[in-house]
Amino acid sequence: MNAQEEAFKEEAYELLAELETSLLELEESPDDMEVIGQVFRAMHTIKGSGAMFGFDAIAGFTHNVETVFDRVREGEIGVTKDLINLTLASRDHIKDLLDFGDKGDESREKEIIDALQALIPVVEIPGDTALTPAPPETAGEEPASTFYQSTFRIRFRPHLDIFANGTNPVLLLDELREMGECTVTPHTENIPLLDAMDPESCYIFWDIILTTGQGMNAIRDVFIFVEDECELSIDIIDNPEKFNADAQDGNKLGEILVKRGDLSEENLEKALGRQNLIGEILVNEKATSMASVSSALAEQAAVKKQISRRREAALTTSIRVPADKLDRLVDLVGELVTVQARLSQKAFMESDPDLVSIAEDVEMLTSGLRDNAMSMRMLQIGTTFSTYKRLVRDLSNDLGKRIELSTSGEETELDKTVIERLKDPLVHILRNSIDHGIEMPGARREAGKEETGTIHLAAEHSGGNVLIRISDDGKGLDPDVLRAKALEKGVISSDSDLTEKEINNLIFAPGFSTASQVSDISGRGVGMDVVKKSIESLGGSIEMESRKGDGTAITLKLPLTLAIIEGLLVNLGSGYYIFPLTSVEECVELPRDEAGKKSGLLNIREEMVPYIRLREEYGIHEEQPELEQVVIMETNEKRVGFVVDNVLGSHQAVIKKLGSAFKNAPDISGATILGDGTVALIVDVNKILDLRF
Amino acid sequence: MAQTILTVDDSASVRQMVAFTLKGAGYEVIEAAGGREALGKLSPNINMIITDLNMPDMDGIELIRNVRATAQYRFIPIILLTTESQDSKKKEGKAAGATGWIIKPFKPEQLVGVVKKVMK
Repeated sequence: MNAQEEAFKEEAYELLAELETSLLELEESPDDMEVIGQVFRAMHTIKGSGAMFGFDAIAGFTHNVETVFDRVREGEIGVTKDLINLTLASRDHIKDLLDFGDKGDESREKEIIDALQALIPVVEIPGDTALTPAPPETAGEEPASTFYQSTFRIRFRPHLDIFANGTNPVLLLDELREMGECTVTPHTENIPLLDAMDPESCYIFWDIILTTGQGMNAIRDVFIFVEDECELSIDIIDNPEKFNADAQDGNKLGEILVKRGDLSEENLEKALGRQNLIGEILVNEKATSMASVSSALAEQAAVKKQISRRREAALTTSIRVPADKLDRLVDLVGELVTVQARLSQKAFMESDPDLVSIAEDVEMLTSGLRDNAMSMRMLQIGTTFSTYKRLVRDLSNDLGKRIELSTSGEETELDKTVIERLKDPLVHILRNSIDHGIEMPGARREAGKEETGTIHLAAEHSGGNVLIRISDDGKGLDPDVLRAKALEKGVISSDSDLTEKEINNLIFAPGFSTASQVSDISGRGVGMDVVKKSIESLGGSIEMESRKGDGTAITLKLPLTLAIIEGLLVNLGSGYYIFPLTSVEECVELPRDEAGKKSGLLNIREEMVPYIRLREEYGIHEEQPELEQVVIMETNEKRVGFVVDNVLGSHQAVIKKLGSAFKNAPDISGATILGDGTVALIVDVNKILDLRF
Repeated sequence: MAQTILTVDDSASVRQMVAFTLKGAGYEVIEAAGGREALGKLSPNINMIITDLNMPDMDGIELIRNVRATAQYRFIPIILLTTESQDSKKKEGKAAGATGWIIKPFKPEQLVGVVKKVMK
């Protein structure tokens, strides 16, 4: 039994003892209102606290006695010997219930209740409420259906004196905002001039357009405390049950205003006579106020949006397909793209107009099919995000920290494989935030922050990439500590002059960990370098921002899919190679005086960029062209040039994995087939650099 | 700075439960066992009052009237705790100046929900 239940029991025994004394006193002087009040309050308290601490039988039973004494208090029932006897019997029964853990003699209980009810002149107690306390009223929750959202028009016009009850109407509006998509339009037209204004009165009223999955009752519940202090009208203006996919996009502005009674039909007709923006005309004519018009416009927009959204939803039905079938489909589409490219080339060479036209059709269909197949493999990242809620909760509890995880951009789509391979790195980053980032509640309080820390997970599209950002409001990285650690581990030398960004990025260095104590949550600091590696193996990049005391943000940049990359096609002799286009900066010609060297530095706009000859790298001894090209790539914030024979252009490469025979060529990450059937190898730029430096 | 709530109830266990719940939600809590004691403990750094209805030494309604009569506390949110679900008590409370009410028994979440509803 917990301490609170214990406290209740103790208190209840005390009350019962007092009750006994009071009852005996009452027997002596049956008209003493003071004593009657004491008895009532004792019953009231036992019932109230009993129910709160889970003693439902006690609460249920005591309710009956309380009801009787309420009547006694009102003078409807006189104090008789019978009443005193019954109440004493009730008191004993409550004591029994307390003694035996809320269980007691049921027949005895029924006997007492029946006798008590017989005392009440008009039998008014409905069976249910007599035995169980009324359900709490403020609970009013309805199951929210995410799919069938309705749009409501709410007009909330508080009485002038609403502040007198300590009500802050803005909080009610905030509460509505939390329920769904919400547009609030204030009506300020009733505010008097300053000298006529009473600052303690509320002159404003509001029109609210709310799209929510919750029902009318949930909205009414928001206003439960002010029901009698405001005029409130709630109308459903768009309802999924009435929805049909061919319906128009909601009502016209004029119709809305007329329906609300803000405008008469004649005035509307008059205004419609002229063709101009109806809202402007109506306001100019003083037929209605600007606020009414803008609120009506908000309603129009909300309904329109909801209808179109639902139209989409109505068309969206889904079927479940095993993932490997999808993988197979994508493979086949990849092959098809290759075959189609061959067909196009053949048709072009034959210069047969019929064949060319067929080839063009096939090309169009194939690219449509490819995009479709790719999009099928896309998953929303939201499901992954939600699994972290539990992780954050459990870990923070273990550490005695208070952490809230918030997420945004759950609907962002990423390739299934990317999402799968993203899980572990994300867990790692989150653990770091929980373990090292967010401080203990006490330390946070001292730093003037909320005791509960927040970690925010956000995803968004950015071009062909998806950005995932993990930010916390913890203690951030301490540049001095980082520097000291890096020196100690020999990652940097004592004279290196680093920018703040470079210092922050030190945590990505192999074997670098700043936690002075190893904990079982974030492990032994085989930390961020592993994360960085796995993000890079996905073709992505990782960046870190941090300010001491304010928190840390890590941004992952990931490609949408692993199955296709945008590549830059180059050749070396008779071989073809592809560089991932995302890291290509620019292409320049190799100056003639550099031609003989194996490697060296290029001056690109006053910046020295090292270059590598891929011919040497891959041992190609075919005849060298007169003029060579350099592809400048940016990777790990460094620029490196790769010397190739020719740059051929951009190419959408469907990635094929290389078999195990190629496992000794780590700097080639895959292959793709070109239109004429030749194979092009995809170069893993990071690997080459790792191998060389 | 954490907001401070004054909880008034003659039952120590209810006070304890209210205080425990609110402290857990990050509020400071001051306790009083009756209306008169509550009036004595009122101070400008109290942001909200939660009071029981039936108490021996000045009941909830009387307390609300007294609080509202002081210019300084005219707009402070006051929540009435009551086991009585009848409208008459609610009306009486509202007429005296209560901001809202909670019907006992209530769950800790409901209490925090109502506090968040009336106080920023």
